[in-house]
Amino acid sequence: MDIREATQDTPLTIAGKTFTSRFLLGTGKFKSKNDLKESILSSGSQIVTVALRRIDLERHEENILEYIPDGVTLLVNTSGARNAKEALRIAQLARESGCGNWIKIEVISDSKYLLPDNTETVKATELLVKDGFVVFPYMYPDLYIARDLAKAGAATIMPLGSLIGSNQGLKAKEFIQILIDEIDLPIIVDAGIGRPSQAAEAMEMGAAAVLVNTAVATAQYPAELAKAFSLAVEAGRLAYLSKMPNQRNIADASSPLTGFLYES
Amino acid sequence: MKIILNGQAKEIAAASNLKHIIEQFCQDANHVIAELNGEIVRKQHWDGQSIKDGDRLELVNFVGGG
Repeated sequence: MDIREATQDTPLTIAGKTFTSRFLLGTGKFKSKNDLKESILSSGSQIVTVALRRIDLERHEENILEYIPDGVTLLVNTSGARNAKEALRIAQLARESGCGNWIKIEVISDSKYLLPDNTETVKATELLVKDGFVVFPYMYPDLYIARDLAKAGAATIMPLGSLIGSNQGLKAKEFIQILIDEIDLPIIVDAGIGRPSQAAEAMEMGAAAVLVNTAVATAQYPAELAKAFSLAVEAGRLAYLSKMPNQRNIADASSPLTGFLYES
Repeated sequence: MKIILNGQAKEIAAASNLKHIIEQFCQDANHVIAELNGEIVRKQHWDGQSIKDGDRLELVNFVGGG
């Protein structure tokens, strides 16, 4: 189909890099690293997240980077950080690997709900931006915090849809919408997206992109679900660009309202 | 001599340098990041970095994560 000019998409641009895919994939929890690679390829994801951990001295683990195709941008998360200082340390270690300076800030001290600590996340964003990182803060969707993150120089804002790994979808929908409407940065919905329909919903709302991990990694057929997500993200994006009409509380007939054969 | 490597006490040969230790404990030294006594040591300096008794060494690399 020819797409008319008004709905022609511009690529997602972050820190001067452009991306045609608006589907970000997390690399945790995959049963096999081949499933991960197949999922990146089937979805066309161009940004993937990884974490940093102490090397296990007892058993040899395969290097995950070998399963990430060339040209895919690495976004290293600071998982394990409980405060801003720890996030900075993880980011500095990650940069030494030579895999770039894109960091997803994840500061979490609660192990039951894994909710991000917004206050420490703002502090971490300030520290990392000053140190030259491109910063993607993962946050609980709060307008004031989002403004502080933008002021601190965040490259994007990543509000959670719902609890990490919960597959509950957009429980925080109304608050994410406020960020989309008010913050002049790409809003990437992260965490809790369990189904392609939920990813499409986020994109219809005007999210710049979505990040999915658990749903894909724990599906029986990850590469197929990754592709389904990527199609849903495209569909949602095109729907957003098409400027859908608002919801109504009363009916509006789609067929002519005259009687079938006789005027009534 | 003894060092603390990733939180565990490890016996290593005297006069080891950082490069030796990383090669001894990591099968794939590619993308390993080293922090010695809280300071990052860049890869190009591994060879010249001597290790002394009681040093604390952290070796990290990338794993799957969301």
